[in-house]
Amino acid sequence: MRAPTAIDIRNLSLTFQTGDGPVYALADANLTIAKGEFVSFIGPSGCGKTTLLRVIADLEQPTSGSITVNGLAPRDARLKRQYGYVFQAPALYPWRTVEANVMLPLEVFGLPKAERRERARKHLDLVRLSGFANKYPWQLSGGMQQRVSIARALSFEPELLLMDEPFGALDEIVRDQLNEQLVKLWSQTRKTIVFVTHSIPEAVFLSSRIVVMSPRPGRIIDVIDCDFGAERTLDIRESPEFLKVAHRVREGLRAGHSYDE
Amino acid sequence: MWDRLRRGGLVPVLTLTAIILAMWYLACLPMNRDLPQLARVEGLANRYEVAWGLERPVLPAPHQIIGELYASTIGTRLLRESADGLVLNPRNLLTHAWVTISATLAGFVIGVLLGIALAVAIVHVNALRRSLMPWIVASQSIPILAIAPIIIVALGSVGIVGLLPKAVISAYLSFFPVTIGMVKGLTSPDAMLLDLMRTYNASRTQTFAKLRWPAAVPLLFASLKVSISISLVGAIVGELPTGAQAGIGARLLSGSYYGQTVQIWSALVMVALLAALLVALITLAEKLTLKAMGARP
Ligand SMILES: Nc1ncnc2c1ncn2[C@@H]1O[C@H](COP(=O)(O)OP(=O)(O)O)[C@@H](O)[C@H]1O
Ligand SMILES: [Mg+2]
Repeated sequence: MRAPTAIDIRNLSLTFQTGDGPVYALADANLTIAKGEFVSFIGPSGCGKTTLLRVIADLEQPTSGSITVNGLAPRDARLKRQYGYVFQAPALYPWRTVEANVMLPLEVFGLPKAERRERARKHLDLVRLSGFANKYPWQLSGGMQQRVSIARALSFEPELLLMDEPFGALDEIVRDQLNEQLVKLWSQTRKTIVFVTHSIPEAVFLSSRIVVMSPRPGRIIDVIDCDFGAERTLDIRESPEFLKVAHRVREGLRAGHSYDE
Repeated sequence: MWDRLRRGGLVPVLTLTAIILAMWYLACLPMNRDLPQLARVEGLANRYEVAWGLERPVLPAPHQIIGELYASTIGTRLLRESADGLVLNPRNLLTHAWVTISATLAGFVIGVLLGIALAVAIVHVNALRRSLMPWIVASQSIPILAIAPIIIVALGSVGIVGLLPKAVISAYLSFFPVTIGMVKGLTSPDAMLLDLMRTYNASRTQTFAKLRWPAAVPLLFASLKVSISISLVGAIVGELPTGAQAGIGARLLSGSYYGQTVQIWSALVMVALLAALLVALITLAEKLTLKAMGARP
């Protein structure tokens, strides 16, 4: 028995019309994501990962094909604030404290002040930044800033979390820590997470399913199941099962590239 | 202490001031040499002594200007008895400074509000960006000296005189930097921050209040500093065409009418001091605001 569908993508294509002619960012993508899954998009840069995520978020309009998010058109899902989006950069407002940044969406939604405070506290706890509520973003490290932006996306408790290379700009040690925390967070909250990355170990470690993409035109070339259980730690990256999945991802990426020649 | 002064840039400032003053004193003789008082004076020392103490010099010496400033402010009663009680004494330079400052501030407030309103309209209504901007830029290419008398006369003919016409000229000049600065400031948030608001389904008003406006605050203050200085220029220019009775502009006019160069120069120094004071006040407000907004110290 499958869980209910969170995202359903059918024959989706997106072509950007630019000054130098059309850019085929996505070509005929098909993908179904069930509720509670952790799905990663992996591929070289320019293969349309961000574009696909932005289509789900209704920040970009597809040229053809259909897509539903929680059974709704993306626009309606956005209007109903059904997802939280974490950008490549922390995108914090520099004039707001950490707490005020986390409360930003709650302010926009018009929640009463006491509840905003309470939720900000709860989610800063979740990303282990309780002691930093009154600091300003510039007083935090890059990793901490990105955790604030995750707390901000979680603060209104959307069922769906869209994350675009959230740890791409961080060093490997911090990235490993955040990966472990993110897996914990996912297994605690059982949210649907769609995660963009171009790191193979990160994708294999985090995901319950990996979507391998290739560029020009952006296509889905492989979808790999991979679930190492909720209790996984970074140690599993040495295990043969892990390496096997990583190998298959790498093969997929290599095959995608051969189209270039 | 010494170290702090050095780091504060005090030494270069003092050195430069000393050099300028020395050159000024030296220039007093050549500049004034055609005056009759110097015709029969022999010897360089004697000639300089006379040149630094002339009653109506072409170029007065700095101490003459400071003396006049002192005499016409602290050395003169500020308040005077009149038929309707105590009034500001028109012999005191501060009276004139106040007249000009009040027009400057009124024009500044009008100009800033207008400037912000135009910027908000330009940022939010796409059609206005193309249609309004050329007019705004054109408005500033007309010399203010040409347009000031027209404004004064036009408003005067409908019975508006005194502070308001001057304020209008100030506003005409001072809205411009605010509009330019605020258009830039309000459009400064990058696409990611705007997208974030979109994912929250935020209204335009919310995006404005929570994102565009706070992002524009640093540029607003930068514009305000330019605006306040040209507001002052506007108010003074507004006092010239009608031969106004009071104000720094009136003082400059009467000074030049009677050949009172020392009076003209002291009025000019007063303008410089006022401008410095106004800019300093805005800088202070800027520091406090940005600090409250969590800016890096
Ligand atoms: N707004 C846009 N206009 C034109 N081309 C775009 C735009 N956004 C992305 N592209 C192009 O679409 C392709 C896919 O981009 P993107 O989804 O950002 O790739 P990825 O996130 O996988 O690196 C790239 O070739 C990129 O240059
Ligand atoms: Mg990308």
